[in-house]
Amino acid sequence: MDVKLGELPNWAATRDFTPNGILSAVRRGHDRFYNKYINVKRGGIGGVAMLLTGYVVLSYIWEYDHIKHDRWRKYH
Amino acid sequence: MNGIATARASRSVHTSQQSLAPVPALPEKGGKVRYGLIPEEIFQFLYPKTGVTGPYVLGTGLLTYLLSKEIYVINHETFAAASIGIVIVYGIKKFGPSVAAFADKLNDEKVSKVREVKELAVSNLQQAIEDEKKEQWRAEGRQNLFDAKRNNVAMLLEINYRERLHMVTNEVKKRLDYQIALQNLQRRMEQEHLVSWVEKSVVKSITPQQEKESIAKCITDLKMLAKIEQARPTV
Repeated sequence: MDVKLGELPNWAATRDFTPNGILSAVRRGHDRFYNKYINVKRGGIGGVAMLLTGYVVLSYIWEYDHIKHDRWRKYH
Repeated sequence: MNGIATARASRSVHTSQQSLAPVPALPEKGGKVRYGLIPEEIFQFLYPKTGVTGPYVLGTGLLTYLLSKEIYVINHETFAAASIGIVIVYGIKKFGPSVAAFADKLNDEKVSKVREVKELAVSNLQQAIEDEKKEQWRAEGRQNLFDAKRNNVAMLLEINYRERLHMVTNEVKKRLDYQIALQNLQRRMEQEHLVSWVEKSVVKSITPQQEKESIAKCITDLKMLAKIEQARPTV
């Protein structure tokens, strides 16, 4: 990565947090992923599989408060 | 910071040196992904510090932590997820290559169709270029045609001129001949007329008196001649 871990707060301060900035950041991230894994001549399973795995993980996180009740032990 | 600035600059479109045509080809293969889920960059990122087994140890540690703290809870859904996962992995392993080949075939058909159109257009334009060159060559040849026509016209003019010259000389000669014939006729007629007039006047001038005298003279001349003739043989 181009940003060192120690400089992370400084770097995060320079980021653009306006709605336009956030939208453009999302667009940039999407374009990076899309052009690397999906917009190729012979793409593999990786691109789609990563998206689906991300979806599964995200939905687990959103449902965690409900899943908490299925825990086997009370104290960890 | 420099890296971020350059990364940003390479995304802008209107200020870069690259031209948009011909469109750059798509990359052949996507980014490498290990086990279909984890991008290769993680492995490369951890290699200098932890070697080859680093990410695997990281994965195992994470899994143990999630399970032990029950951040990931094992319930009926885990069993369902495991079964679905096994079926999915088996299906992909078995049918993956054939589906990939089918998709490649579709893509190739599309590309070949478009390429045909392009080739046809290029060949048509080549043909048009050839025809255009031929037309230019023909247009140059037209100069020769004009020269030949000019020569023809000049010749016709010359012929016409000479014909008329001949006609003029003939006409003039005819008129001059006519004048000459006229003069000759006049002279002849004058001569004949003079001669006949002289004869007539001479004949008229011979009066009967003179006629008798001339006849008598002739007779005496004849008698003398006869006498001479008679006298000669005796000599």
